[in-house]
Amino acid sequence: MVTNVGVKEMLLEHEFLRGLDPEWMEKLAEFTYTDSYYPNDYLFRAGEDADRCLLIRDGNVALELYDPRRGSVTLDTLSGNKVLGWSWLIPPCKWCFDARALALTRVLAINGPRLLQLMEEDHILGYAMLKRFAFLFADRLHAARLQLMDMYAPLR
Amino acid sequence: MEVLERAELDGLLNELKRRGYRLIGPRAERGAIVYDPVETSDDFPAGWQDEHQRGVYRIQNSGGNALFDHAAGARALKHFLIPPRRLLWRAHGGDSDFTVETPRSTPPHFAFIGVRACELHALALQDRIFIHGPQPDPEYKARREQAFIVAVNCHRPSGNCFCASVGSGPAVTAGYDILLTEVVDAGRHYFTVAAGTVRGQEVVEVLGLRSAEAGEEAVAEAVLQEAETALTRQLDLSGLREVLLGAADSSHWESVAHKCMACANCTMTCPTCFCATVEDTTPLGSGTAERWRVWDSCFTTDFSYIHGGAVRKTGASRYRQWLTHKFASWEDQFGTLGCVGCGRCITWCPAGIDIVEELDALRRKRQQKLQAV
Amino acid sequence: MYAPQLEPMAPRLYRIQRVRRETEDTFTLEIAQAGGAVPTRFAPGQFNMLYAFGVGEVAISISGNPGTPETLVHTTRAVGVVTNAMSHLKPGQVLGVRGPYGTSWPIREAEGNDVVIVTGGIGLAPLRPLIYHVLEHRERYGKVVLLYGTRTPEDILYRREIEQWRGRFDLEVLITVDRATGHWRGQVGVVTKLISRAPFDPYNTTAFVCGPEIMMNYAVEGLQKRGVPSDHVFVSMERNMKCAIGLCGHCQFGPTFICKDGPVFQYDKVERLLAVREI
Repeated sequence: MVTNVGVKEMLLEHEFLRGLDPEWMEKLAEFTYTDSYYPNDYLFRAGEDADRCLLIRDGNVALELYDPRRGSVTLDTLSGNKVLGWSWLIPPCKWCFDARALALTRVLAINGPRLLQLMEEDHILGYAMLKRFAFLFADRLHAARLQLMDMYAPLR
Repeated sequence: MEVLERAELDGLLNELKRRGYRLIGPRAERGAIVYDPVETSDDFPAGWQDEHQRGVYRIQNSGGNALFDHAAGARALKHFLIPPRRLLWRAHGGDSDFTVETPRSTPPHFAFIGVRACELHALALQDRIFIHGPQPDPEYKARREQAFIVAVNCHRPSGNCFCASVGSGPAVTAGYDILLTEVVDAGRHYFTVAAGTVRGQEVVEVLGLRSAEAGEEAVAEAVLQEAETALTRQLDLSGLREVLLGAADSSHWESVAHKCMACANCTMTCPTCFCATVEDTTPLGSGTAERWRVWDSCFTTDFSYIHGGAVRKTGASRYRQWLTHKFASWEDQFGTLGCVGCGRCITWCPAGIDIVEELDALRRKRQQKLQAV
Repeated sequence: MYAPQLEPMAPRLYRIQRVRRETEDTFTLEIAQAGGAVPTRFAPGQFNMLYAFGVGEVAISISGNPGTPETLVHTTRAVGVVTNAMSHLKPGQVLGVRGPYGTSWPIREAEGNDVVIVTGGIGLAPLRPLIYHVLEHRERYGKVVLLYGTRTPEDILYRREIEQWRGRFDLEVLITVDRATGHWRGQVGVVTKLISRAPFDPYNTTAFVCGPEIMMNYAVEGLQKRGVPSDHVFVSMERNMKCAIGLCGHCQFGPTFICKDGPVFQYDKVERLLAVREI
């Protein structure tokens, strides 16, 4: 069920884009659509082309990595107002993880190549977007490192 | 002020014994001067003098008559007021039921003879912890309140003493029942006597001493002057707290740790160090368990153990803890410095680590850092 | 509130009424003073020294309801000789108890504010009395949020109770695990990431944080990012404890004694100390 009714409003509402010039929202809205997923639906699988920038509106998504011995291992979960992945931004633009909906999940999907093109053409927008992603990378890396500490593990 | 002739000293000791005190005073024993039980004035270390350097302690007999011709001995008074090992309680039974029995004997009445100014200041510091804190230590409090103090002014400070810098000596100013100043002069050997408390005054009155003559007082005064002149070591306290608090990450601690063996001698001999641990014991199959309070030291790794490991794993952090506690945190905790300048930790450090030098070095490093900025 | 004791090191006898296995390595003991139910009044955040006969004594926070002081509740992780011995105790057997000791969570000062609890692992145990108190006096507080992180879903403490809390309309419970196992369908990731999406008004919030020290540091950072002032954040600290009455020196944390100046501290009072290694 793909539509782009009210997309500009939804873009304006999303935390990740807060503060972005509304004029750009107009442009983004031209190649953004909404999408929804039921529990256990995959939003994408590792290795597939990453052609969408996914902004979660609400719901809950597990980022998983499949290991033949352990099966799917959930590394992180993402919920409302978060960004799901950035592989569309970084060549070779393939998803690195599986993204599986844990609950009914609604997203805004921005066309990846079109967004990249716009960022290349308009460096002010490009910078504003990259800055947001830089903060996001820092946050996620930070959290991942803390997770690595395994801080509740018993010490022997 | 009165005069007590050397020959009358036993009169004082006997009067204290008559009042039920156990006498504790300096004795020359196994190569050191230590506080131990004494019976007569012959037990005092007549003629014995001590030499203190970094990591060096030696006593030799000068052949003189002075009884208190030494600086701080190896044992501080805490040995008697918070003994190194003390039974806290004994429990009988097991996991299904037990009763706890606390040994409550009347506290020993100690009369401490020959107490120095630094020692008295150390007692005052311990009083703040064990008597004036929110939870007094009942055993310390009982022993301390009974204790009778015969202080003797220091007239021969050691090379490691720096009491004047921290304001605790060499002259005794407070905290005594009776204060003596020993004079060995022109063939005479006597003490000038001053009472500091009502019970001290009572004892002096019983002895029926004559008043000191102006000449005798002047000689005693000169003895004090001599001690002050002989005290050459100095510790600069100005801004020391900021130096220490600003040095938490200093590489200097590492360089001290290279020398430090974490043997804990400094904390054991320190008259103000008060840390203790508890030991729970159960003789096998006896149905009796005991808890002992045992002196402990922040230099051990066990000291800071929480599940998983010690918080202070490195020697550097443990030395920092000790020194920062003495010269900075103590002030936050008890409103004073934690050091009385007795120099014991310098004398008894097998590695010859000298806190005065270490503090000066930290200060220099801070100054260099500030200049570099 | 501290009254000096004549025999501060002598434990009182408590009998175990109930033992609950919480997780693989944690258990909860419900105990009552032997020889009559004498209430042991305590404030949320305080701790007791628990003594296992002949083995030794450990500091354990109180995790029961301050409104029912006839029973003392302690949740413990079996990690050492004493706690392992305790884990083998059965109802009817006895423990020695000294306490309660230490500072408490400032429940009065928090009134009128939103309450945000950020905790990890067994750090929930010393916060449970606070949760009981807040829920019992729910009208005195604004929004109440519990953010709880554990290593795996199997490590979640008080599972049934948390499920009940989750069912309430006046309490927001967000849970995350560092590692998903089994059929876990909840959040994965560190607890601090829950802070950014938790519903509370940062300018009118009192935050209570307890867990491993690194977790507390990052939690406070997350709270500050949301705008919660440092003097509205409270943390609970842990150090070696022998006497619990400020006389043995073991629990020193910089100039503070955790047994009497803590375990609960206003964050800005200890911020400087938390930055020093091996302090």
